[in-house]
Amino acid sequence: MLLLAFDTATPAVTAAVHDGTAVLAETDQVDARRHGELLIPAIDRVLREAGVDRHRLTDIAVGVGPGPYTGLRVGLVTAAALGHALGLPVHGVCTLDAIAHAARAEGLAGEAFTVATDARRKEVYWAAYDAEGRRTEGPSVDRPGELTPPARSVGAGALLYPDAFPGAHGPEHVSAGALAAFAAAELAAGRALLPNAPLYLRRPDAQVPAGYKAVLPA
Amino acid sequence: MADEPLVLGIETSCDETGVGIVRGTTLLADAVASSVNDHARFGGVVPEIASRAHLEAMVPTIQRALDTAGVKASDLDGIAVTAGPGLAGALLVGVSAAKAYAWALDKPLYGVNHLASHICVDQLEHGRLPSPTMALLVSGGHSSLLLSEDITTDVRPLGATIDDAAGEAFDKVARVLGLGFPGGPVVDRRAREGDPKAIAFPRGLTGPKDPEYDFSFSGLKTAVARWVEAKRRAGEEVPIADVAASFQEAVTDVLTRKAVKACKDNGVDHLMIGGGVAANSRLREMAQQRCDRAGIRLRVPRPGLCTDNGAMVAALGSEMVWRDRAPSSLDLSADSSLPVTEVHVPHTDFHGQAYQALTGQQQ
Ligand SMILES: [Zn+2]
Repeated sequence: MLLLAFDTATPAVTAAVHDGTAVLAETDQVDARRHGELLIPAIDRVLREAGVDRHRLTDIAVGVGPGPYTGLRVGLVTAAALGHALGLPVHGVCTLDAIAHAARAEGLAGEAFTVATDARRKEVYWAAYDAEGRRTEGPSVDRPGELTPPARSVGAGALLYPDAFPGAHGPEHVSAGALAAFAAAELAAGRALLPNAPLYLRRPDAQVPAGYKAVLPA
Repeated sequence: MADEPLVLGIETSCDETGVGIVRGTTLLADAVASSVNDHARFGGVVPEIASRAHLEAMVPTIQRALDTAGVKASDLDGIAVTAGPGLAGALLVGVSAAKAYAWALDKPLYGVNHLASHICVDQLEHGRLPSPTMALLVSGGHSSLLLSEDITTDVRPLGATIDDAAGEAFDKVARVLGLGFPGGPVVDRRAREGDPKAIAFPRGLTGPKDPEYDFSFSGLKTAVARWVEAKRRAGEEVPIADVAASFQEAVTDVLTRKAVKACKDNGVDHLMIGGGVAANSRLREMAQQRCDRAGIRLRVPRPGLCTDNGAMVAALGSEMVWRDRAPSSLDLSADSSLPVTEVHVPHTDFHGQAYQALTGQQQ
């Protein structure tokens, strides 16, 4: 397996190449406003570093959110287009699952915890995981104050609201290396990943104009 | 590379996901997926709905265009995409897709200007544009008079609307008359049964001291609304066909008068009209009459190529390859307010780099 993984659902633009056993190369840049500019150059760089020609890739894994929509769509449309042009299967991964995978690798194994990222508008995207790392709740979007404070939590959304997430710590954003490792493990275990479709969780903002406004004074 | 470059163009600046394939100045495919019906109940294009629809439609529309053209993606000589102006989130979907295809297929990428594409599309119908060409671009998003010496490098704005775009005025008047959205086609249809001289609506910015080539449609729109409301308030029936015809006459009168004047003043003997409003039957008719009288050759693409589509982007991309213009770099940005003078975006994003150097990683 030669898996190209990337994610644009958090402020990070992150890409990695994974051979089914280990991460061969990874790049992370944090710039919430420039996912569109940074992603393809990051993919190009990470393949060069790994010494992998794009035509040798076997799979693509992409974070399907939840995350701010504009950045999120950059990753998804890129994955769809690369999959189409290179003839590769595209596997969707819940971005929060990838962060959870990284958190366990960094020492949270054996404990239940919550992952939260910044959903803007004073809300967080969140999901809860049990001691075995299985997702038990979410992904959902809520105001931090409306959640039962978890004992352990990770992610930029948890760090942003310490009252709702006491004792929150890193990892802050998703890393494509962790996303790739999660996807490779799931595929190796014969478990299906998600379709390449965004986890928006909110309906589009669209106000129906309140009828036709008169211009003559009443 | 073949003599006639084979280029795929992607357009996502508003609510149409357009993918066109062009060989030289020959149109091979023009696939469009529109989300217009999803916006109709809101009375205008909702950006988030448009962006969501672009993401869903992108790969199927590309495949449909390739199938129609009967070419393989690997045969392409380049990928062109609208880099701006337009809705930021919508543009970004197209630009990201174009970059992914260009990189995966190892083809040059051309980020091009939406307005220049509207002009260049006429090459698919009437052959290469003469130099210079005057262009009147009228749609829901733009109303501009542009003078182009070379469509790949040199587009100069002579005038533009100072308030509403012409197409917006059609939408708003349609709403006042209760005719639904989008307004252009339905106003055109109703106007055919009406008298264009029935009501003397104002011609904006046509006074002796007004800017010669600029447009204003806000006053006209308000005048129509006042007239209609006054009728309704008096308990009289609103003569919808007459209002539509008289409004349409006012818009087309100003547009064609100024376009012909711009041609005469600048010694240009070709006028091109593009954009969605160029599909309007009265505008086409009046422009033809006035151009004939002034000895100007009028070029208007068929209505299907006047509205936003991928073919126009492919047409300009093909011209870029033909004229050996520098491709864009893979860190190309989508620029919602890309100036019309930037026909294509070959450079690295220096602003972005400077911004990054200043702020480092501290977000
Ligand atoms: Zn347009």
